[in-house]
Amino acid sequence: MLREPFGLIVSFGLMSVGGLFYFKAHYGKTPPGINNNGVWFNALTGRGLWGWVLGLVLTGFYVALYWFPEVLGYDPKGSSGMVAFFDPLSVALNGKPATQWFLYGTLYTFAILLFGVKFLWKYRQNNYQIIRTLSVMFFQLGFAYFIPELLSALHPNTPYFAKDLKNMWPLQYYFFEEWHLNNMLQGGRLGSFFLVFGLLLIFVISPLLTYWFGKRWYCSWVCGCGGLAETAGDPFRQLSSKKISVWKVERWMIHVVLVFVSITTLAALWSFMTLHPDAFFFNRYEFLGSLLALGSTALVGLGLAMRKAFDKTVQYSFWSVGVVLLTALTLPLFTSPQELFYISHHSLQHSYGFAIGGAFSGVLGVGFYPILGSRVWCRFGCPMAAILGVQQRLFSRFRISTNGGQCISCGNCSSYCEMGIDVRAYAQKSEPIVRASCVGCGICATVCPRGVLKLENGPVSTRTLAEEDRFIL
Amino acid sequence: MQDSRPHYTFIIIGNGIAGTTLARQIRKRSTESILIVSEETPYFFSRTALMYIFMGHLRFEDTQPYENTFWAKNDIALLQARVTTLLPAKNSIILASGETISYSTLILATGSKPKILPNVNTQGEAIQGFYHKWDLENLEQWAATTQQAVVVGGGLIGVELAEMLHSRKIEVHFLIRDAYFGAHLLPTEEGQMVTKHLQKHGIHLHLNDRPEQFILDDIQRVQGVKTKRGIKLHCQWVGLSIGVSPNLDGFQDSTVIINKGVVVDEYLKTNIDNIYAIGDCAEMAVPPSGRKKIEPVWYSGRAMGETLAQTLCGNPTVYDPGPWFNSAKFFDIEYQTYGQVSLQPQAEKEHHLFWQHRQKNCSLRLAYDPKTKRFLGVLALGIRLRHTHLDRWLRREKSIAFVIKHLSEVSFDPELTTDYLKTMPFHAQWEALQKK
Repeated sequence: MLREPFGLIVSFGLMSVGGLFYFKAHYGKTPPGINNNGVWFNALTGRGLWGWVLGLVLTGFYVALYWFPEVLGYDPKGSSGMVAFFDPLSVALNGKPATQWFLYGTLYTFAILLFGVKFLWKYRQNNYQIIRTLSVMFFQLGFAYFIPELLSALHPNTPYFAKDLKNMWPLQYYFFEEWHLNNMLQGGRLGSFFLVFGLLLIFVISPLLTYWFGKRWYCSWVCGCGGLAETAGDPFRQLSSKKISVWKVERWMIHVVLVFVSITTLAALWSFMTLHPDAFFFNRYEFLGSLLALGSTALVGLGLAMRKAFDKTVQYSFWSVGVVLLTALTLPLFTSPQELFYISHHSLQHSYGFAIGGAFSGVLGVGFYPILGSRVWCRFGCPMAAILGVQQRLFSRFRISTNGGQCISCGNCSSYCEMGIDVRAYAQKSEPIVRASCVGCGICATVCPRGVLKLENGPVSTRTLAEEDRFIL
Repeated sequence: MQDSRPHYTFIIIGNGIAGTTLARQIRKRSTESILIVSEETPYFFSRTALMYIFMGHLRFEDTQPYENTFWAKNDIALLQARVTTLLPAKNSIILASGETISYSTLILATGSKPKILPNVNTQGEAIQGFYHKWDLENLEQWAATTQQAVVVGGGLIGVELAEMLHSRKIEVHFLIRDAYFGAHLLPTEEGQMVTKHLQKHGIHLHLNDRPEQFILDDIQRVQGVKTKRGIKLHCQWVGLSIGVSPNLDGFQDSTVIINKGVVVDEYLKTNIDNIYAIGDCAEMAVPPSGRKKIEPVWYSGRAMGETLAQTLCGNPTVYDPGPWFNSAKFFDIEYQTYGQVSLQPQAEKEHHLFWQHRQKNCSLRLAYDPKTKRFLGVLALGIRLRHTHLDRWLRREKSIAFVIKHLSEVSFDPELTTDYLKTMPFHAQWEALQKK
């Protein structure tokens, strides 16, 4: 039985009104400026008691959502509790009762919108922040929430496939899984469109945009994970660790996830092509062969091109990740279609979904906002960020310029970098910042009290400054 | 006994930006032993960021630009101790503990200390300056029991104190001896803009006034300030920020020649061959053109450290910091200046072009030489300017006409910001002036 929409409207209405009053009390009374007073004294934002409490609550919510949805009231035969509470909205949008995922999507979108308004208020003096935030709010509400729901409502008889246009592989890790490919192929024109657009996004649109604007076009302007981190996560950005040791962990971890998702995907595709040899105009050997050829060419070409421009650690990680990836490509040749090194690709997919898709991106990624900062997932786990990061580091017009000798090493930029980049280390040497992990949120430049930092796009050759051309030695 | 006494090739007294820059730059060029002695803190931190600790923006460790392991990794020895005596004849320093350490070359980089208010008795609890880390700790102690505070002196540290106290909801009375804030730093229009901005934030400004007497309660804590104009301000804390002077504690009685600061030549060398002085504590006997004898700013300390490292590593280099630049922030208004901009136009020597936004706190002032038409400098509020370009233009002595034409190239404001540099009417102003 469906409930009346009254409860839903009242509760979301009250949350909005309460939020707006709170934001006004916080930011409405002072002239526009930096609003970080007391951030480290606050028990919520300074890793105090309330931070831990919130962390536990969020973590608990994610554990329930991923593994015990019945706690939230989900029941395939007819939900109750919190899930059923969202039925009126779900029916209005797609004609079906709510699932735990509908509840999550709605809360997620609501959080981005509500805390987006807070962010807009907080940084109202800065146009870059305003437009960027309106962009993440728009993409979440339109692309991630409404359009998929409406498309599902309009095509009730097509099998399920992901309809969030901006959510591309490998962030959307099941794009190439057998059931998903099948559903897209059987999904009529809409399915084919999403398949073709998804591939275009991965191989054409995204590299081009990253070349022109840096990975920020995705990570802090479009992405849903980024959207939540930038809005609801904003009060926790200073909690990310800036230690060199953590940076080392980050570089290994994020690339390991990238390798993991690539192997999983490859296994899925290999098995799909084995089971459906006529699905595409090429067979599985041609597919693997061309991937290997393309990959090797790219690896060797880029590797040689970057010999002069990058230091040894960068080259070392590039070669090791590249070689591991290429080696992984050959694995299917030695195993049966259903297995990869005696591990069935289903269990591979299952482990990825559990460990990375659920535990890492959800529980750790959002649950630990108040402990580890708002970009834990984006920094240590997201394979999409890893790919865009490699592109940004190797060939992008984006950089953060530092302003001659004006840096006073105060540390605001580093502290408020959600990705844990020690921005100051570059600024105090007047060195342009070109880092794989930078998502281009622009907060370092916003909080800088001396006007030292500027996000810009320009010719790739001007990204690096020879030591003798730097303002500070 | 003699042999076991510790010895370092370079001993640097002071671990601020000057001393630290010097140590790092020596290490880039040489493997000689380096010791940095500091009484204040074990590790280098950014003094300019102390205010952000009090405001809760940063923790103390966030103000340390290098991780604690950096120093051992770079073989730079650190010692937290007070140097009580210099013994130039014996190439040694004596610490408060009585320990003696010898050096081959000694560098004084002891920074500044707050100036003392003349002609007023400042004895009493909760009356203090603000410069060192212990000043922050003292302020932190008093803050919990302070509802009203008086800040004396309308300069850079004064406005920092006002912003800090205000962030903790402490009512601030700001005693300024001039008609507006920053009269020694900003021309009238800019000074008034900042003054209004401070008032908008709720700071009580008492202009053209100065303290006459500090009133203490029975436990000797300040409870009020009587001013020259006869106002009585109730307060529980007083910040004295009338400027800083070189910190010469520990070597006033040595044979090193001292005036206001430690007197140094163009190589930053004192009267003694193996003793140098850099940063706030140094006083140039003959300063580079357009520069002051004592420049207690971050950038000059850093530049001196960079220069002296060259000299000490076998490449004697004259201190030549290039065109002046500086920056600050007054609550929400950012300030940047490059080159020379006097507080007022000078009839024969320096003319100004000025633009100010009608509502927003943005302005730009260009200074030029009316005879040669040479560009002399720029002062901006609320607009970020690109240092490298302006530095090049100043060094190459570009004309004011060139600067007006290329002004939009120096914008350093964030992307998507309204670029006022593109629409400032300087071109028309300049044309009109030319016709006259």
